[in-house]
Amino acid sequence: MGSLSVNLCGISLDNPVIPASGTFGYGYEYAELYDINCLGTFSFKGTTREGRFGNPTPRIAECAAGMLNAVGLQNPGVEKVISQELPRLKQCFHKPVMANVSGFSVEDYAYTCERLDKEEQVGWLEVNISCPNVHGGGMSFGTQPQAAAEVTRAVKAVTTKPVIIKLSPNVTDIVSIAKACEDAGADGISLINTLLGMRIDLRTRKPILANKMGGLSGPAVFPVALRMVCQVAEAVRIPVVGMGGVSSAEDVIEMMLAGATAVEIGAANLVNPFACRDIIRDLPRAMEIYHIQNLSEIIGGIR
Amino acid sequence: MKQSIFKIVSNTALTDSVSQMVLAGDTSAITAPGQFVNIRLEGRFLRRPISVCDYDSGVLTILYKVVGAGTGQMRGMAPGQTLDLLTGLGNGYDLAPAGDKPVLLGGGVGVPPLYNLAKKLTAMGKEVSVILGFNTRSEVFYEEAFQALGCRTSVTTVDGSCGIRGFVTDALPQEYTYFYACGPEPMLKAVYRASKTSGQMSFEERMGCGFGACMGCSCKTLTGYKRICKDGPVMKKEEILWEA
Repeated sequence: MGSLSVNLCGISLDNPVIPASGTFGYGYEYAELYDINCLGTFSFKGTTREGRFGNPTPRIAECAAGMLNAVGLQNPGVEKVISQELPRLKQCFHKPVMANVSGFSVEDYAYTCERLDKEEQVGWLEVNISCPNVHGGGMSFGTQPQAAAEVTRAVKAVTTKPVIIKLSPNVTDIVSIAKACEDAGADGISLINTLLGMRIDLRTRKPILANKMGGLSGPAVFPVALRMVCQVAEAVRIPVVGMGGVSSAEDVIEMMLAGATAVEIGAANLVNPFACRDIIRDLPRAMEIYHIQNLSEIIGGIR
Repeated sequence: MKQSIFKIVSNTALTDSVSQMVLAGDTSAITAPGQFVNIRLEGRFLRRPISVCDYDSGVLTILYKVVGAGTGQMRGMAPGQTLDLLTGLGNGYDLAPAGDKPVLLGGGVGVPPLYNLAKKLTAMGKEVSVILGFNTRSEVFYEEAFQALGCRTSVTTVDGSCGIRGFVTDALPQEYTYFYACGPEPMLKAVYRASKTSGQMSFEERMGCGFGACMGCSCKTLTGYKRICKDGPVMKKEEILWEA
């Protein structure tokens, strides 16, 4: 059997499968179901400087081959994440974890990253400049190259850990933003966050989501995500983490061919809580079918 | 929580919009009345969370209301077909504080989870009163089922076409030791105000995962932020915080 391992910004992963932030909590809901140490790593729930309740409900709406969410970065805040969530996480997960960070100002991002930088188990900082569900922050940093670069520089200045900037697809030119992050010192790029969407309830004629709009994820977005991963991977020299609608071992391989070094899996976990475990289990067989000896050799292998 | 495949034993319409589905499969993860299952349907992305009406070793009964395409698809399913279920979701009703004479109040499709609760409470020798609220006569279901358990059962309808005219709160007994409720939010609010004792109520919300991972169904309570799916759906009266 070939090797599933990949190297993400200097840290080796047993396999490229990473549950995406916001779909995996801090790991322990899933640890009740299976040994989550089978994962490459996971990106924990988006963490902000202060605790947040998030948006009013309904926060979830279904659509064809996917879903909308407008959770709005509910999290207990970085101090409680460090004092309460990470010790619990450590009990069930024994590998470096990806810390996902959001903010509402450049200072917020730097503060939260600096706090998490001191946590031994944090392997990477995934800086979310792409949340579509919060106002006055989040995505606004991810829609302009200069603002994206400014966040990247501020975070890089306070940490020695690899910094992966998570980009929004809700932009006109994602390549220019990715390049701005790379030039500002980013160690990696992850994409895509969700695509902004909405649904209307025909009975009430109101938007289903209390926030009116929310982020689309699930298999519906996979081709869009794949296209953007391919465009960005061809334009930057740093590793790219691909995500968006990935739900099978074949999808993982496709993302890697497009240029992803590792692959995050989001919405699929919510429908099948065993999705990541199953994908890791299925990868060797899929590699055999497509004549792949070692997974790392196919990164960016699109012809 | 457990993921497993269930086989449909029967799928029968009880009213124009409410159906009863009996399923055979592994029910070992279900530990209390008031829990729910999350059902995967062919061609639908998200699972459908449905409360457990009754369960026993190897048998599960759910009652569901057809409200959209997903539940419409369920109504068209036939015995022998299979469904992928997550079972044992949520915290159910706590039977310990019931006292000798608990009252159970259900509104519409909030009635189902009270059935197994009533079954367990009557088996414990409690004198159980049940109040079932509907809009009109044609919507009434499970009145006889509760009567058969030996519960003192009353029905209320908003238009007075069956039982007592009005809401479930209009039929509250003079004396009761504790209440258990499930129904639409306006009903729960009315029960909260009218009740003279402590109690528990079950809430509904649009869910993503159903097992506590996505924060899709969070609510604020007097004891902090809770997830309806994982920390609920049943909440104690004392912790409920009604938002405007």
